[in-house]
Amino acid sequence: MSAPIRYLFQQQVREVTQVSPTRTLLQHLREDLHCTGTKEGCAEGDCGACTVVVGELLDGKVEMKSVNACLQFLPAIDGKAVFTVEDVQQAQQLHPVQQALVECHASQCGFCTPGFVMSLWDLYLQREESHTPLNRNTINIALSGNLCRCTGYRPIIAAAHRMEQLPRVKFNSQALAQQLGLLKREDSLRVEHADQRFDAPQTLQELLELRAAHPGAVLLAGGTDIGLWVTKQFRALPHLISLGKVRELQSISEQSEILEIGAAVTLDRAYQHLCKYYPNELGELAQRFASLPIRHAGTLGGNVANGSPIGDSMPWLIALGAQIVLSSLSGQRHLALEDFYLAYQKKDLRADEIVSAIRIPLPELPPQSPRLFRTYKLAKRYDQDISAVCAAFSTRLVDNKLQQVRIAYGGMAATPKRATQAELALEGQPWDEAHLQAAITALANDYQPLSDMRASAEYRLLTAQNLLKRFWLETRAGLASPATPTNVFAVADQTEQV
Amino acid sequence: MKSSALNWTEVGISHPHESAHLHVCGQASYTDDIPELHGTLHAALGLSPYAHARLLELNLEAVRAAPGVVAVFTASDFPGDNQCGPILKDDPILAQDVVEYLGQPVFVVVANSHQQARSAARLAQFKVEALPAVLDPRAAHAAGSYVLPPMALQRGDAEQALLQAKHRLQGQWQVGGQEQFYLEGQIAYAIPKEAQGMHVYCSTQHPSEMQHVVAHALHIPSHSVQVECRRMGGGFGGKESQSALWAGAAALSAWLLQRPVKLRADRDDDMMVTGKRHEFHYDYEAGFDDNGRLTGIRVAMISRAGFSADLSGPVATRAVCHLDNAYYLSDVDIRAMCAKTNTQSNTAFRGFGGPQGAILIEYIMDDIARYLCKDALEVRRQNFYDRPDSGERNITHYGQTVADNVIHELVAELELSSEYQQRRRAIAAYNASSPVLKKGLALTPHKFGIAFNVTHLNQAGALVHVYLDGSVLVNHGGTEMGQGVNTKVAQVVAHELGIPLAQVRVSATDTSKIANTSATAASTGADLNGKAAQHAASQIRDRLAAFAAGLSGLNAEHASFAAGQVSIGSWNMAFSELVQKAYLARVQLWSDGFYATPGLHWDGKAMKGSPFQYFAYGAAVSEVLVDTLSGEWKLLRADALYDAGNSLNPALDIGQVEGAFIQGMGWLTSEELVWNAQGKLTTHAPSTYKIPAISDCPEDFRVKLFNQANRADSIHRSKAVGEPPLLLAFSVFFALRDAIASLNPDTKISVALTAPATPEAILRAVQSINSQKTS
Repeated sequence: MSAPIRYLFQQQVREVTQVSPTRTLLQHLREDLHCTGTKEGCAEGDCGACTVVVGELLDGKVEMKSVNACLQFLPAIDGKAVFTVEDVQQAQQLHPVQQALVECHASQCGFCTPGFVMSLWDLYLQREESHTPLNRNTINIALSGNLCRCTGYRPIIAAAHRMEQLPRVKFNSQALAQQLGLLKREDSLRVEHADQRFDAPQTLQELLELRAAHPGAVLLAGGTDIGLWVTKQFRALPHLISLGKVRELQSISEQSEILEIGAAVTLDRAYQHLCKYYPNELGELAQRFASLPIRHAGTLGGNVANGSPIGDSMPWLIALGAQIVLSSLSGQRHLALEDFYLAYQKKDLRADEIVSAIRIPLPELPPQSPRLFRTYKLAKRYDQDISAVCAAFSTRLVDNKLQQVRIAYGGMAATPKRATQAELALEGQPWDEAHLQAAITALANDYQPLSDMRASAEYRLLTAQNLLKRFWLETRAGLASPATPTNVFAVADQTEQV
Repeated sequence: MKSSALNWTEVGISHPHESAHLHVCGQASYTDDIPELHGTLHAALGLSPYAHARLLELNLEAVRAAPGVVAVFTASDFPGDNQCGPILKDDPILAQDVVEYLGQPVFVVVANSHQQARSAARLAQFKVEALPAVLDPRAAHAAGSYVLPPMALQRGDAEQALLQAKHRLQGQWQVGGQEQFYLEGQIAYAIPKEAQGMHVYCSTQHPSEMQHVVAHALHIPSHSVQVECRRMGGGFGGKESQSALWAGAAALSAWLLQRPVKLRADRDDDMMVTGKRHEFHYDYEAGFDDNGRLTGIRVAMISRAGFSADLSGPVATRAVCHLDNAYYLSDVDIRAMCAKTNTQSNTAFRGFGGPQGAILIEYIMDDIARYLCKDALEVRRQNFYDRPDSGERNITHYGQTVADNVIHELVAELELSSEYQQRRRAIAAYNASSPVLKKGLALTPHKFGIAFNVTHLNQAGALVHVYLDGSVLVNHGGTEMGQGVNTKVAQVVAHELGIPLAQVRVSATDTSKIANTSATAASTGADLNGKAAQHAASQIRDRLAAFAAGLSGLNAEHASFAAGQVSIGSWNMAFSELVQKAYLARVQLWSDGFYATPGLHWDGKAMKGSPFQYFAYGAAVSEVLVDTLSGEWKLLRADALYDAGNSLNPALDIGQVEGAFIQGMGWLTSEELVWNAQGKLTTHAPSTYKIPAISDCPEDFRVKLFNQANRADSIHRSKAVGEPPLLLAFSVFFALRDAIASLNPDTKISVALTAPATPEAILRAVQSINSQKTS
């Protein structure tokens, strides 16, 4: 039986019936509600003109996050609150975010501005309790998903600083928590419309039953990929099963040096957690992994389950020796992640199975022998770009010999793939230039990359080799001497601090 | 009669953009935000899947049968001309018989919803005879295939000069094209009106051109077509001529169905259909002396025009006229070819060929410096046009005297404020001790001609209405695309009438208010429309002054309009009160205004004349850090100094400079257009086409205006600011080149870096220079 989608908008509970479950929040706002402040710039989550803030209850607390309205299917906002640019101004009074943008001359054509307002408002809310001054990197992260073609961003950055100097406007999250509490659903949501169906089970058992009963249904996590199937490819999606409400898949747990991340944990939560353990190793990748609104919606499980050859999580997960947990009604399987990928878009996944979690080795405390671990991403642009090449290296140095060498790349083959020959050239060897060269040579046998609009095959292979060299430069000789600077982005940050 | 606006300054002040408040509240209305009339239908275009083919059969049955589809129209449905070429009539709105690029619109499908129209548009079945597709401008050039006859400009005897030159360099180079990537895509909303009328809301820089195209397409007089544009979500040249296709297709559908029809381009469709900045290929040869001073130059420029002429001719003209940039070229031989390729028809984009002309001479300056082992800034200085009051090297290769040259002072000021020389030394020291990361530094100047090259376009009209409460409504022919032309024009009018800016409102651009407007382009929006509005306002002011003189018995010539008051000597009255009294006395309180830029002439055949009213100057210094293992890089600091004359609004002008700088940087670095072997643009969305994002804005970004009044009689002696500062981004590209060159400081070789300098292009240049080191 089909239930209405219920969500909170402009202080009111809205009920939506008779709607396609693949109608996007952006279409709904603009076409159904005639709320035209939110703009469409690309309909693929890249420009941020449609950024809205969604509030939801997580463990009794309100969590607010910016997302791209163009990639959110309407049933996915069931039980949540939606805030658009129309909601930021209070009683004819500009909010500090808006006031700062005006004062700093931060809008020109104004089309991207509502999206910037919402991303900045989200940042403003996150900093309710913060007393440290806002730094440039935090602003970059918050605005990584908003493109502006007019201003060159300088005045927008100035506005981000300025908004914090204006008298603080409080957000009443307790009232919102109460309102959201009333929207809590006892039964799982099911939407049926015309020939489409959408299920949002709340327990793993329910989910597995649905999966077993409907092997043809598409599993939906954050929708950052599947959204495009609708907006760009016009694919018919007769049946979607959402992971978003399944409690068991939302958890992050730590058990004997393994971090287990549920499949529905967002990329943002997952990477924030991971960066506690691997701040230097994963910090930059976490920031370069799509944009903040995409990381707010997309999931680590989705990234892994999708298994794109250019996904950014898999190389380092494989290098660390992560495992994937597959669940079905008949139980669980644990697989080494690299064994999950069989061929291009082909995985070791049965029709009744789902990816339920990722198990990631944590640094041992105290360290037995130092693990050398790095991951590097190359793209045309720092923010929100898909990798040309993504590389990850992990090894231990025991008595000055390399052990447990694991090297994996994205963008080099039809799947995320280990460089077995390069690994072989290094395993058990001293970490010196001669063996580096041998491994670099071996890499050419590990991969036959393709050319496309992101990079040529030659560039991919050459940089794959160069990144191995970079790994060596950064980790050789136990880092006794000052390391050779190898990271333009890190050096730039240091320049800023001086 | 003359009355003065003493001490009243609404110009020269950094007022916020007139729509800033609306922007931040989401209340600024764009074409897609206009409440839809009952019965509105939605259209989408059906695109050619082939780069070049003869259409044998177009089967639209599945399109017609798709859910929600109301009608499908093709080229044969036009009552009038199926044509949107702005100069040559070689550009059909909907292709007929032959398709000439992959993405060319072939039919328009109208449905009940946007989504229905878009999905139906994909269901057409094409039966074609494939024709050979030329995808590369060099290949088209080799085959002599152009959209227009080649152009040539000569001065002196370049061949002799080259033969006699002490040193000579020659080479080939290329810069890529660029997608405008206005955030608001192309859109038109056409509404049939009584008596065979058509009202079109369109996101366009050129409402009058849209009016002409729609009138011709529907075969109705221009007076029956009204085109209106309140604002655009960015234009950058992409909505100068190429909004016509969308206006034409929407109007056709609305006409044939007699229902309102909206045609909004999805981002992918927009990028697949519309033209971009022209990619340029160059063959060059330069002769110079020991000081690096050019003695002769020969250049062939081949642009990627795409399948039709569009604005490729004027773009090439501007490229030719800007080859000199800030430098005196004595003996010159320039040829420009607009190569016909089976790709999107390239069009206007901020700078309009100027950047493509000027960057080549900068590339040559850079090479000369390396060849002579000199700092590039010294070589550039050697070649500057002389100061206007001294020397003879001040006539451009097309014959215009450079009478307002400030590049010497401007560059000297920037060199000092940016600490160019100290940083040059610091960078050399850094590079000596950093094997992987390398820094680079470059200072590049620019001189940019202001006015349309085509003389007759340099005209504008305005209407100013003063209402009885003293509020003022202004209408002018310029269009607002974010640049702030409405703010500036309102400032001019407020200033003229001596009233606060808040009393002045600028309404949407509308062909029924101002007739026969020129495109808001060539950076002339504020220059032309500001003057026209000033003219209109001054007539009203003069009438009010005369009326006040009658009231007071004093001399109108002593009337002063300031701070909302009109005074003559000790006599004084509020502006609004005077207006009411004037109305009762039957004084005309509204006026038209007109402006035509004086002193321009241009012989397009000989490519000689004085096409520009004045020049806008600027310079920038950029410092970059390059990873020689990956080609990734970062802009560490940028300093820019821009000559805005007496700026009408410094905040808006600085915004234009910053925005142009980053946009130009995108053109030269991350923005790469890639077509596959079938001629499909594979970078047709922001997922694959990367304009600069927030992290690309340098931490240290210092933009200043160079304060000096325009020598020409421009509006309040200000200077244009839209396009010229795009050239400031050259400094980023040449800083990258400088960083790469540091890998091999002893050689005189040219760094083979193509634009856009993507990480891959940079790494290729790194490899190239390293390989020459070992050999």
